[in-house]
Amino acid sequence: MKTVKHIDLSTIFVLALLGLFAVLPVIAVAAGQEFYIGQFRRILIFAIAAVSLDLILGYGGMVSLGHAAFMGIGAYVVAILNFHADEGTLLLGFIPGSQNILVTWPTAILASALVALFVGLISLRTSGIYFIMITLAFAQMIYFFFVSLETYGGDDGLRFPGDIPFIDAATDALYEAGYDPVAAYESLFYYLVFAVFAAVLYGAHRLVNSRFGMVIQGCRENERRMRAIGFFTFRYKLVAFVLAGAIGGLAGALFAAHESFISPSIMHWTRSGDLIIMVVLGGMGTLIGPVAGATLFLLLEKFLPDYTEHWPIVFGPILILIVLFAKCGIYGSLLRRHGDGGH
Amino acid sequence: MVATEPLLEVKGLVKRFGALVATDNLDLAVEPGEIHAVIGPNGAGKTTLIAQLAGELQPNAGTIRFAGEDITRLHAPARSQRGLARSFQITSILRGFTALDNVALAIQAHDGHSFRFWRPARREERLRVPAMEILEEVGLGARAHVPAANLAHGEQRQLEIAMALATRPRMLLLDEPMAGMGREESERMVALLRRLKGRETILLIEHDMDAVFALADRITVLVYGRAIATGTPQEIRANAEVRRAYLGSDEHA
Amino acid sequence: MTPLLFLEQTLNGLQLGVTLFLMAAGLTLVFGIMNMVNLAHGSLYMMGAYYCATLLQWTGSFVLSAVIALAGAALTGILVEVVALRTLYSRDHLDQVLATFGLILFFNELVKILWGPIAIFMDIPGFLAGTVEIVPGAPYPIYRLVVLGVGVLVAVFLWWLITRTCLGMLIRAGASNREMVGALGVDIKLLYTLVFGLGAALAGLAGLMAGPLYVVEIGMGDSMLIKTFVVIVIGGIGSIRGAFVAAVIVGMVDTFGRVVPAMIGLTPSIAEMAIYILMAAILFWRPSGLFPARG
Repeated sequence: MKTVKHIDLSTIFVLALLGLFAVLPVIAVAAGQEFYIGQFRRILIFAIAAVSLDLILGYGGMVSLGHAAFMGIGAYVVAILNFHADEGTLLLGFIPGSQNILVTWPTAILASALVALFVGLISLRTSGIYFIMITLAFAQMIYFFFVSLETYGGDDGLRFPGDIPFIDAATDALYEAGYDPVAAYESLFYYLVFAVFAAVLYGAHRLVNSRFGMVIQGCRENERRMRAIGFFTFRYKLVAFVLAGAIGGLAGALFAAHESFISPSIMHWTRSGDLIIMVVLGGMGTLIGPVAGATLFLLLEKFLPDYTEHWPIVFGPILILIVLFAKCGIYGSLLRRHGDGGH
Repeated sequence: MVATEPLLEVKGLVKRFGALVATDNLDLAVEPGEIHAVIGPNGAGKTTLIAQLAGELQPNAGTIRFAGEDITRLHAPARSQRGLARSFQITSILRGFTALDNVALAIQAHDGHSFRFWRPARREERLRVPAMEILEEVGLGARAHVPAANLAHGEQRQLEIAMALATRPRMLLLDEPMAGMGREESERMVALLRRLKGRETILLIEHDMDAVFALADRITVLVYGRAIATGTPQEIRANAEVRRAYLGSDEHA
Repeated sequence: MTPLLFLEQTLNGLQLGVTLFLMAAGLTLVFGIMNMVNLAHGSLYMMGAYYCATLLQWTGSFVLSAVIALAGAALTGILVEVVALRTLYSRDHLDQVLATFGLILFFNELVKILWGPIAIFMDIPGFLAGTVEIVPGAPYPIYRLVVLGVGVLVAVFLWWLITRTCLGMLIRAGASNREMVGALGVDIKLLYTLVFGLGAALAGLAGLMAGPLYVVEIGMGDSMLIKTFVVIVIGGIGSIRGAFVAAVIVGMVDTFGRVVPAMIGLTPSIAEMAIYILMAAILFWRPSGLFPARG
């Protein structure tokens, strides 16, 4: 491995994708298509969720079929705090609501992490098919928990004022300065999400290459060997699971703010399946893969129905073909062309 | 043998799988510094023994003491942390990682906890430098950056040993290190083990009798989970019961 | 709770239990023998119900419809196995999850195209309509009793099949040692296909019997699938006996979980959580379920 720097296809791909996200609002505003800013903000949010899933799925080798639940918890925490702030009521009779994202987002992260700790403690004592079924079952339990919360809309969900005060203030300032308020608001909110996205991606990049990251990848490769050389693997897998849940919760918090609406459908078990598809479609065990996968998946989900109402009947078999013949995903196949392209 | 305390002491070990008794009231003591070979025909319970010593299987009865401490109920990583290292009969390495990564991880496992989330582990000198030294020692220095999956079989076996050595063990449990090797590869492995002799305490399970008699200080013969004899290679060669039960079936031994 | 209500709910719980058992029996064999995750098992449940509902409209005979629908579900399962799943046995669990998730998308959309998005209501067949007094003053629907009876019969049949027949011996042997069964000259591929077909037929049976009790709709198998997972996890993968015990437990807990909260003024949807709490508790105590088939 000489230190010759050569720009290969995978590097171009990473730069192009991240560059596109960085300048997207500018292009959209210039083209008069502000609508797309919201669409891509949503994509970024799911990309964060997909990256968090990839930490355990792609790097840790843990096939969790319940990851959407953590996103749901994060989203509900933000929604519920906003709801109480708006109503001026207290949650459980003593917790005041809040619209301040410096309060609501960390609370969302913390709540998801706590639930992930509980789920992980039980499910990580098993492996293989058991682990898949148990994570799915716990996610279903959490789903029904929120369905049963009738104060917050139950099955129908909850609409709440999701305004982020300082973005509103900044939008006003830009409006005074003569900018289009819609474009300004959409772009400001987009860049807030983009900043979180970039931070998560960089943090995850540090994480997977750190000592901790080496350990969880080692567990994916050969957990028995890892135990034999002295790693208490359960602890590391549990922490990875909690971290993934926490970041999933952060994605959920962003999602709630983005939609100003939340319903249990965000954590329907098929959403967990969608997240896995995003990770695998893009290339699991890489960080840019889930981003690419989330982008492609959500764009397909958005635009395929324009061509045929019955797109799942095509998408389902395509998924099977991808599994059978193109397992390394979009980014993974770019890496393959250059042999070892790990970072 | 003077009355030093054994490094590893097994007393009354029993492991049953249903009606089958795989380890039958086994006693075994490994003295510090020796190479102690365990031999026996197929089905004698050698692999079951290693699994119990390494902490992957819980015995039904008996105790295992290591360096003066009862480790019978400890899990595998806890035993590794106390200095009991093992290699696997069926090669068990991290196939997607390079040889160097494999060894560096083994070093990392014994360098404090790994809840370190920020610094790139592959750039840590305190992991990479000793890992490289160990690879050189087992003869894999030139292959350090090759993914473990792409190494030849013999090289993977050497990597097995390197990973065990990298944990800075007080004792090595080697489960058939020459399994599946050609003549030349076997010779290289014997040479490696000879270099470790005297420096490391080793419990060696091996089918290759030439290697065992060339390397071992003492030999324990296992038949049907039971130790029928323990002694120096000369004593074992001369032991009538051993010849009858084991070597006898193998005329040229 | 009055004794009569208790009796009625117990029967309801048993009836849900045997339905879950029909689902779980086939699935746990597929998990245990082929070491394969199959999310599409709920789709076979749904297909059984749709086949039966359609045939009932054409023929008017429930028994005839049920028999044909059963065969249809088995054939659908065999077709899916041969076309898609067979190549997945040797793959890792993630591949199996993704591919069978793809199958769910396919089947749900197929049903939407063929039958439309609106739910179908099936009538309880005339000769099974009405109620019977199990004890004086406690009328209970005949149809539900029949479902319960069929479930028990199938359980007995499976017990006989697994423990007393040549096929059952091969299934048990296949679970512990594939190569050996292959070496005996048994076509292991055919064996797998048969097991899968059997599981599909049982899922179809569960679905078509559930049709008149609930509604026949798209995605009806999904929630059953997850409950079935809970049953298998509690019972222990690969264990028919475990599946039966766990199915009855889950059926009971789920049924009483709906009745009891309503009586003490809680929202009944919280009951949906009961079986998952039960699962968590059992797993904490026994990580590989009540009747681990191996190890």
